[in-house]
Parts: sequence; structure tokens; C-alpha cells
Amino acid sequence: MTTSPTTDVTASDSPGVSGAEIRLDRVTKRYPNTAAPAVEEFTMTIPAGKVVVFVGPSGCGKTTTMRMINRMVEPTSGTITIGGRDALHIDPDQLRRTIGYAIQQAGLFPHYTVAQNISVVPGLLKWDKKRIAARVEEMMDLVGLDPGTFANRLPRQLSGGQQQRVGVARALAADPPVLLMDEPFGAVDPITRGNLQDELMRLQSELGKTIVFVTHDFDEAVKLGDKIAVLGDRSTIQQYDTPDAILANPANDTVAGFVGAGASLKQLTLMRVRDVEYSTDEVMVVTEDEHPATVADRLTKAGRTYALVVDDRHRPLRWVHVRELAGRSSLLQVGKPVGDAISTQSTLQDALEAILTEGGRAVVTGSRGEVVGTIDITTVTDVIAGVREEHGVGEAG
Amino acid sequence: MTAVAEGFPGVSKTSAVERRPSVTSRSDRFRLFFQPIAVVVIVAAVVIWALSSELNANERETLNLPTIMTLLGQHILITIVVSLLVVAIAVPLGIALTRPALKWLAPVFLAIANIGQAAPALGVIVLFFLWSGIEGLWAVAIPLVFYTLLPVLRNTMVGIQQVDRSLIDAGRGIGMSAGGVLMRVELPLAVPLILAGLRTALVLAVGTATLAFFVNGGGLGELIDTGYKLQLNSVMYVGAVLAIGLALLVDWLGGMAERWLAPKGAEQ
Repeated sequence: MTTSPTTDVTASDSPGVSGAEIRLDRVTKRYPNTAAPAVEEFTMTIPAGKVVVFVGPSGCGKTTTMRMINRMVEPTSGTITIGGRDALHIDPDQLRRTIGYAIQQAGLFPHYTVAQNISVVPGLLKWDKKRIAARVEEMMDLVGLDPGTFANRLPRQLSGGQQQRVGVARALAADPPVLLMDEPFGAVDPITRGNLQDELMRLQSELGKTIVFVTHDFDEAVKLGDKIAVLGDRSTIQQYDTPDAILANPANDTVAGFVGAGASLKQLTLMRVRDVEYSTDEVMVVTEDEHPATVADRLTKAGRTYALVVDDRHRPLRWVHVRELAGRSSLLQVGKPVGDAISTQSTLQDALEAILTEGGRAVVTGSRGEVVGTIDITTVTDVIAGVREEHGVGEAG
Repeated sequence: MTAVAEGFPGVSKTSAVERRPSVTSRSDRFRLFFQPIAVVVIVAAVVIWALSSELNANERETLNLPTIMTLLGQHILITIVVSLLVVAIAVPLGIALTRPALKWLAPVFLAIANIGQAAPALGVIVLFFLWSGIEGLWAVAIPLVFYTLLPVLRNTMVGIQQVDRSLIDAGRGIGMSAGGVLMRVELPLAVPLILAGLRTALVLAVGTATLAFFVNGGGLGELIDTGYKLQLNSVMYVGAVLAIGLALLVDWLGGMAERWLAPKGAEQ
């Protein structure tokens, strides 16, 4: 019933994937003079071309774990391979030039222009000037900054969101197969953060990088992650699965605590109306030029009380009750206007919102705004029940 | 201003970082143009007055253009030598003392530089002369380097220290070497503070260079000394006004350097 795009994680050979697989094997970080290791025996495979989000409380070691991948933190023991290459036996500076790195507050060099910031890594890789200039322009376009306007600006002349975009452009400039992002959107306002997340998802659908993303915001993890790793103390993996599975069936109390209240509501943000079976024949659809008496007659025969009035291009106009039709000569002025119509692209969360405001049933429209069906609360509850069943909630208790 | 220096236990509370207000306000901009013009006009007026007034034989001995120019030249030479030595010593030393491996030495060197600045310049010059026996330019330049080292050393260290750690993290994280981060990020961002320290050092150097005559180093101090000993007021005036004018001019040059040499976007 649900076709989650995240279920298949072995897509390294599918088109549009430029990422590389990352394997961490019993990776441990122990700082001198501390009893417990910061990261203990961390083993994980991060599939090529997927976004894996490390989420966990502050100080759990998620950032340390991520930073061991590009050796900003040197592991005490264990092995790390990126695309089959042993990362621990490459010169760290060389290694990092092949791994994108984006951090909170962007970390842009304040005395470099936007263009200079983006061209740092291509410069380190000794690209020629022409290629760098072309790449800078391409990157700025990619992250939605007009090169003509922004190329020669200094970071302080940009908004927080724009700086963050430049940070992402800089990380991607040398086209690295792997991108590490350490709470990159942590310091911007919620609206900008939402936009940046959408942008990142769009970018990722084009680029197919392997992205390791660290955050403490579980909603962000659900939104961005193909897989989520919920980490506990010493970076122990509490659960490593698709957002779907974690929401439906948290492995333990730690994960459940992190998922927080409203797991089912979060689940709804993962699914779109097109993925569920909304009804196409529950509601009688009539055009404005039909005679009220005919409509009333048809409704009675079908045993229904409501009809949906649409315009000549089949776009929803009004709900009309059978009682309102008596004694009318035209459908033009009758009924209650349709409020929130949702499209097949909408998330189930939006659908639920519309169902609640519309009083039980919301109109679903297609790409040109035409009515394709309706959705009601039982569809939504069925979907949630189905997902929970699929992930074996009953057995796990 | 003392707060930025807290990374260094050796820095006493009184030795605040020399950071002059950035030249942005209108009055500062006015000063930028007014100061050099005023200095040149006043100095020229005093010198012309002195040279054109009726001088006795004693006065003519010193108050003539070649002598004045020679002494001025010596004074400027001392200042330049001291400044170059200070930059050559204090900037690399300051950089070295911010590297993790040598950080522990920072308090030692800051203490030495603090002593250098706290001790009276004249005392340092005379002691160095008595100890080394040399005289002339180097007899004054070397003690003055010791005396003016601190502002540049301290500002270099603080300038590098105050660079946002996340920038260094970002630089290393995208594959810049430690040296690359130092040269392309840390040093450029420290330039405004280093220049501010150098400006202070320059002003100290040009002022204390008037003491050079004690060890046969020449300079404008000789005019003042001669004028005082022989009770020739005009000679004293010229010496004093030239010394003050030169100091103001050097300060102005330092201000210009701070304004034009600092990378755009580096001021925090």
C-alpha cells in the first residue's frame, strides 16, 4: 500500500548515484585520561547514495563518530573504508579533499568572497582557473544563489540561510562522493531551515551522494534520512533503520523517548496521498449546469446526502447537501465552498489537516487541480495501522 | 579589551591588547586627512622660523638644513630598523607560540616581553651599552626592539587566538593543511590586530629613539640635548617639534596601514 522510497537501500548501481559506500568496523575513540571511550566499537555500513542521519542526545558521540570518517578525529582502533578504500591509510588532507564537509554556521572564511569560499577545494586539487570559475557558477546555481549577484559578496553580507547555502556549495564544489554534515541547519530560523532541508532533498535527488548528517532534531532526521541511526551513550547504535520503521516500532525506550510523542503524526509526514488508496467513487461529482432536481434524485437513489460541485474543468467548487437542493433552479449559488483541497503530492499530514478542517472528508486534486477523489479519516487510520503491522508492532510489544 | 587576552596566563591585566577603534567614524576620517597636513604645516613653520631668524654662531652650528636632515635621517633609520626587527621577530614568534606544540612556552616569552616594556627605555639602552660596549645605531636599535616587542608579539598571539575555532575546523575539514589554514585563514584574520600592535610599537620606537644620543646613535634627541646644554631655545624647539611631528606622522602612517592593509571582511 505504501511505496516508501526508502525501503531499497542497495541502490548503488541505480542511475543518479555518485556516492560511495562507507563502512565503519569496530571503530573506537578513546581520549587519554578518560575512563569510558567516547565511541565504542561502532560498526555500521552506510549505503552508497543514501542519506544516513545520526541522531541522539548531546554528548552521545554522534559528531565524534562522524568526524572519524574524515579523520578530523583520529580513531583509536577499528577500520573505516570509503568506496572500498581504507580511509585510515590515506593522507588526511588528501582524504578530506574527497569528502564534503558542511558545519553549523557554515564556517565560511569571512575575508573570502562567496566565489573564493566555494573555490577553496577545487583550488587545493589544482584545478585550472577556467574550470574552477565554471564550477563556482554551477555550484551557485545549484544551491539557488544568483552568481551575478552573490559571487563577489563577503559572507557577512549574506543572510544566515544564504551563508548555509554557500557552505553546502563549498562542500560539494569538488564533487566528492561523500558529504558530511554536522548540524548544518542548526543555527537558522525554522522557516529557513525548512527551506534548506527541502533544497537539500532536491539536491540529493539530483546528485545521489552518500550523506552522513548529524542532528539532534528527530523531525529533521525523519524528513531527510533514508535511514536513521539513533545513537545512545558512547555512540552505541540503539536502532538503525528507515524512518518509517523507527517511527512505527522504536527498538527500545531510548529510541521511543527520542521519537517522542506523536510518532504516528510524524509517520504521516513520510507518506504522500498518491501512495495511499484514497477513494475515487465515494462522492458524487456533479457539474454546475446540472439541474438541482436531477441531482437530488440521483443522490436519493444512490443513498447519499452530499454531492461535490465542480466547474467545467472539473475543479472542485462546493459541497452541496441534498436538503439544500429543494426548490432551487440552479446549482450556481448552492452549497458550502470547498476549503482546503489537497493534491496527490501532499503529505498525509496535510491531508489530515484538510480532513479535520473540512469536517471529515477532503477533496484530492490532480496535477491540474482537477478532482481525482476524496480522502477521509479512516483512510489515514488504516494507513497507520498497516504500517505498524508491517513493522511488527504487535510482536515486539 | 583585556578579555581577548585571557587565553594567555602570562598577560597581566594591565597590559591590554592594543586595539585602536576602527577608522570608521567621521571624526576619524577627518583626522586621517587633517593630521598629516597639520603636522607638515606646523613642523615646516617652526623649522622655517628657526632657520630664518637671526642665529648666533653656536646656533648656526646645529640649526642648518644639512645637520637637521642628517639627524632626522638617523632618527627615521632607527625607527625603521627597530620596526623591521620587531616584525621579523615578534610575528614569527607569536605564530610559533600559538602552535599547539609550543603553546606552553607562551607565558615565558610574554613575561620576558612584559619585562622589556615595563623597564624604562633609557635604562635598557644604557644597560645594553654598558654590557656590550657598542655604540651608534645598533646600540640603540637592539634595546629598543626589546622595549617595543610586546605589542606586536601579544597582538599576533591574540590575533591568531581569537580566530573563530570553527573556521579552523572548517578549513581543516575541507582538506587544507595546518600550514594552509595558518597562512590563508588565521594570519589574514589576525592582520588587523597585528597592524594595531605594530602601530603602537612604531610610536614607541619613534618616541624612544630620541634617547639614541646617549649612546652616540644620533637622532633628533641630539638637537634637544644640545639646545638644553647650551641653553639655545630655538634649537630645543626645532628638535622637540620635529620629534613630535615625526611621531604623529608615524602614527598616521600606522593608521593608514591598518585601514588599507587589513583584508576586507577580516575585522570582527
